[in-house]
Amino acid sequence: MFTLLTVAQPDTLEAAYKVLKEKKSNAVLGGCAYLRLGSQKINTGVDLSKLGLRYIKDSASSIEIGAMTGLRDIETNVALNNYADGLLPKAAANIIGVQFRNVVTVGASVFMRYGFSDVITALLALDTEVELVKGGQMTLAAFLDTPRSKDILTKIVINKTKGHAAYQSLRNSASDYPLLTVAVSQLDGEWKIAVGARPTRAKLAMQAATLLGQAGNDMTAVIVEQAVQAAVGELSFGDNRRASAAYRQVVAETLIKRAVAEVVACR
Amino acid sequence: MQITVIINHRQVTLDVQPDDFLVDTLREQGLYSVRRGCDTSCCGLCTIWLNGKPTLSCSTLSFRANGQHITTIEGLRHEAEEFAGVLATEGADQCGYCSPGFILTVLAMKRELVNPTEADIVHYLTGNLCRCTGYQGQLRAIKKYLGVIE
Repeated sequence: MFTLLTVAQPDTLEAAYKVLKEKKSNAVLGGCAYLRLGSQKINTGVDLSKLGLRYIKDSASSIEIGAMTGLRDIETNVALNNYADGLLPKAAANIIGVQFRNVVTVGASVFMRYGFSDVITALLALDTEVELVKGGQMTLAAFLDTPRSKDILTKIVINKTKGHAAYQSLRNSASDYPLLTVAVSQLDGEWKIAVGARPTRAKLAMQAATLLGQAGNDMTAVIVEQAVQAAVGELSFGDNRRASAAYRQVVAETLIKRAVAEVVACR
Repeated sequence: MQITVIINHRQVTLDVQPDDFLVDTLREQGLYSVRRGCDTSCCGLCTIWLNGKPTLSCSTLSFRANGQHITTIEGLRHEAEEFAGVLATEGADQCGYCSPGFILTVLAMKRELVNPTEADIVHYLTGNLCRCTGYQGQLRAIKKYLGVIE
């Protein structure tokens, strides 16, 4: 169990960042569900709950999600359910249970770059950017590739483009972590294939997506199979207690095929 | 640090440590229906309502409840007894350890979902684990209680 000596509840992001930087052992408090499983000794926990970061704002061009928004709010939000075939709510819906999703926050899930995260996989298949206090605004893909440093994620921005998306995952049991996650999208004609829980964090299969894009409206089983093989070739898979690397690769082939079929059927 | 919370419609001021979790804080107030189960945020035994939403008390820091409404099964006694009676009729509880969290989740579902299907019910209750029953009696009881027609 982690220990927390004091709590700061700043009123501004600048004040929150200042407290975070004061000591190496200071940390941001998100949902705290994963934090409590560890044994970190935190001097000052920076609580973001007074900063108004719990929101989902829908506009014609984008959907903005505040960092302290819970996964249950994401699951039930009308705007998110109506965008990209409800990709993000579908990804969030299988995470443990309703009570858990009322505790955990999207900001913590994304900032910590969890390998097992369903929401990161889904967000990666959309046109997603993140905003940080120090790092500014960047694409989610770029953020995931940067090493973790002291910063505060404030919001996630999903830029809206027309198209379809599908989510697939496999778990050993309903409330377990996934052993593999897949999100496929075709937005504004551009394909994206994101594979996560490898067990490492989600990554885009770029060459595979290019193959699908070249097919245009003439998608055939042969092209899909080529794209699937390209995807598992360019991504790496590993062993952990939930699955072996070999099993993950076979599962990835199946889940990518299913997700692509779902997107093609929606077109 | 001091917090002021409304527990089962009663305002109380409590002294808590920064890293205290609600499960312990509430049990210290004599609310023994709130139980520690897995301690890894998976089982739902510790379920309470925070501002009417089912939430894991084992994973919610107590200071975050400052100014908020907390409901445990002690605060929903009559409604909980009604549903517990249906559970008993269907033979749906054995040791009873998971029951308070389970009942709170069902009562939250009753408020949140309109005309749930069996699939909706099963999905909503994924976060409540029971080691004894195999869930069939509980599902029968919920469908009977909510008047779900097959």
